[in-house]
Amino acid sequence: MRVRRYAPLALLCLATALGGAGCSGAPPKPDADPNDAPVMLDPPVEPDPATPEPALPTAGPVLIRDATVMTAAGAIWKKGWLRLRDGRIADLGEGDAPAPVNGETVVDAAGKFVTPGIIDTHSHMGVYASPGVWAHADGNEMTNPITAGVRAEEGIWPQDPGFQRAVAGGVTTVQVLPGSGNLMGGRGVIIKLHPRRDAHAMRFPGAPETMKMACGENPKRVYGEGKGSMPMSRMGSVFMVRAKWIEARRYKLRWDQWRKKPYEMKDGKKIPTNPPERDLTLETLAGVMAGEVLPQIHCYRADEMLLQIKLSHEFGFKIRSFHHALEAYKIADVLAAEHISVSTWADWWGFKVEAWDAVEQNLALVQAAGGIPVVHTDSAEGVQRMNQEAAKAMTSGRAGGIEITEDQALRWITVNPAWALGVDQQTGSLEKGKMADVVVWDAHPFSVYAHAEKVFIDGHLRHDRAQPGAPWSDFEVYR
Amino acid sequence: MITPLLTASQALAALIAIVGGTVHPGNGPAVENATVIIDGQKIQAVGAGLAVPAGATVIDAKGKIVTPGLFDPYTRLGLVEIEQIDDTNDVDAGGDPIRAAQRATDSYNPDSQVIAVQAAHGITTVLAAPGGGLISGQAAIFDLNHEATDTGLAAAAVGQPVSIGGAGGTSRGALLLTLREVLDDAAQYAKNRAAWEKGQFRDFAGGASRLDLEALQPVLAGKEPLLVTVHRRSDILAVLDLAAELKIKVVLVGAAEAWQVAARLAKEKIPVIIDPVENAPESFDMLGARADAAALLEKAGVPVMLSTFSSHNVRKLRQWAGNAVREGMTHAGALTSITARPAEVFGLKDHGTLAAGQVANVVVWSGDPFETTTIAERVFVRGAPSGDDHRQKRLLNRYRSLPPVKKP
Repeated sequence: MRVRRYAPLALLCLATALGGAGCSGAPPKPDADPNDAPVMLDPPVEPDPATPEPALPTAGPVLIRDATVMTAAGAIWKKGWLRLRDGRIADLGEGDAPAPVNGETVVDAAGKFVTPGIIDTHSHMGVYASPGVWAHADGNEMTNPITAGVRAEEGIWPQDPGFQRAVAGGVTTVQVLPGSGNLMGGRGVIIKLHPRRDAHAMRFPGAPETMKMACGENPKRVYGEGKGSMPMSRMGSVFMVRAKWIEARRYKLRWDQWRKKPYEMKDGKKIPTNPPERDLTLETLAGVMAGEVLPQIHCYRADEMLLQIKLSHEFGFKIRSFHHALEAYKIADVLAAEHISVSTWADWWGFKVEAWDAVEQNLALVQAAGGIPVVHTDSAEGVQRMNQEAAKAMTSGRAGGIEITEDQALRWITVNPAWALGVDQQTGSLEKGKMADVVVWDAHPFSVYAHAEKVFIDGHLRHDRAQPGAPWSDFEVYR
Repeated sequence: MITPLLTASQALAALIAIVGGTVHPGNGPAVENATVIIDGQKIQAVGAGLAVPAGATVIDAKGKIVTPGLFDPYTRLGLVEIEQIDDTNDVDAGGDPIRAAQRATDSYNPDSQVIAVQAAHGITTVLAAPGGGLISGQAAIFDLNHEATDTGLAAAAVGQPVSIGGAGGTSRGALLLTLREVLDDAAQYAKNRAAWEKGQFRDFAGGASRLDLEALQPVLAGKEPLLVTVHRRSDILAVLDLAAELKIKVVLVGAAEAWQVAARLAKEKIPVIIDPVENAPESFDMLGARADAAALLEKAGVPVMLSTFSSHNVRKLRQWAGNAVREGMTHAGALTSITARPAEVFGLKDHGTLAAGQVANVVVWSGDPFETTTIAERVFVRGAPSGDDHRQKRLLNRYRSLPPVKKP
């Protein structure tokens, strides 16, 4: 096994023996005899999350012209063009396109609409793949309510037939999360929907790490009701979470101290010391506290979201997104002030008591309060029509007397989810220099009849309605 | 508590004229600039150039679309308030797999808070089907407003839900065998009820009670269909063969692979209820699921219906229809499949179309009813305004105004 450049988290950069290139806050190199180098208790052999391997080939240049261009960055041009080059949006503009250059594939898109690639912050594709059989249930490690160290990436079956269907719906990036059976369910992973041979190769280059948490009914149902073990109540859930945060704070302190001084002085010489022992669960939580792992919290009720916010203040971390959050509208002011995004559905509700107080205007009210609304799906079906879901929520908002622009509603499925995942500098809107994640629609994307006609991911044409091609998934190779 | 906007007597007395809209009657071509006159619970007249009767409340529908109320032919609405709270979930009786005598009418809650949320999106009628077991209990059809009729009941005992297919702990062959046994028991029982009462019959193998055996008589008589949830092509064929052999009526439900036997379904006039967004191999029974299944069935001449198979999101039915059209179904066919066809299949002669004498289930839409940017502006169920007040709307109004945002 090849040893790769190690670890995205500054606190994990064991710089001594393997070099710390790219690690922020790398510890000083001890000026000691190599024989005194510390025993590496936890050899860093994990793949580097920041760099999917093997790298994709570079996509050929494309010119899309004469389309209605919806940038999700404030502009809707009746006629506009985009130039994709080396996997990026090289240039774009309103009006007539410049003449195509040699080798450029031209997409004549008169009468068509162009948007950024759609992003879903809440997917279980790959970890709950189709067919939905026991053998494919790899998204919930329900043996302990706190499994913050497990990784969705390592449960993903890249042959899930759902990936290709999502792309056909205009989706280019998703966050695959562990399920909500556990209080701290593990690390999510942000992936680009390229057909690859393993999930690591699908990773969104440079995307931050994320962690899934859950409050409310699921953990107490799985453990209390299901197994007769803690947590049986919301009290127990918060107790367990708080206790773990306390533990994580000490863990982080130990690592911070070691990173600051990875040696001891002996006879006037710096003798390297062993790093503290690694604990994958606490490592994830320490990453959250360091601001490097973005917490994504499944939470329906307003009071429980407020409680999680209090915990975040108590332990000094920032919640990036509440998921499902059907009662976000009750605390939209607080969520806006805290700068926490709200990942929710247009209309899914009522299956649990904590999902009872839904309103169709949830996203619109979050928008009106100055917050960050995000349409998410949690569904292999829903992810195929996120444009429709955004349109429904926009329509409901307007019907409820809340002014919502098309640009705002488009942001609910593009740049807002990009922000919730910490990749908004890279994708989520049509802007020069961003990744060439682009959808050409055959009708207004807020029409129920619209198809994603062409879907580019990093400039690669991954879906072409005119030429469907073979299924990506080996599972769908039927006689 | 939620109080109705109009009392029952007001609703019953209402004379309403919906004027100037484009009327899609549900079973024929659209009529431009037409008038729909509602008198009490019934439609009095539909057509272009009708005079507005004196005293009628006039609704201007210029530039709008008027359709029959939408009819979801396979739901759990009214049978479950909150799925995960057992006390409120009456979908699945549990235990005994043969529950033919159980009636959805005894479980249906017309006061469910979930109902008006659906009506707000133009759903006026649903079939409520129990689930679970092999024979789940008698489905019934309800109009989504009970001001005029106590429960909204439109028709009881409209079908016997049955499930055939891959199931843990048994085989599909065993499920079909049990179904065959029960139906045979019911036939034998009917031949000599007196002997059965005296205990002079062989033991029945199917496990049906006397009331179950009675409840299955309309099925054997070909009056009430089995509503068979079945997906795999081989299972569909087995069900069709059984139906032909016993001369009973079946409606296929779910039926992800029905398109593969479309010609036979069309020839035998077997109605099919499908979920038009089921396009993935969600189970090994539905490897053939595809997005254009509704279009393929329509093209082959199969009497197809669309359903959400939902309780709380029956309101998505029009979006589901839009997706069927997106994948090739005709717009008129999709509308028929959620209005006139279910009424016809389940024998509700006064439902499903806009015509004189029909029950006044009428919706005025701001535009194309299937579009995600369209709203149901006015909904009438049995002539009563419906869906314009519900719990979600009240919550919206409670929280519409929060304190102004303070940035930290």
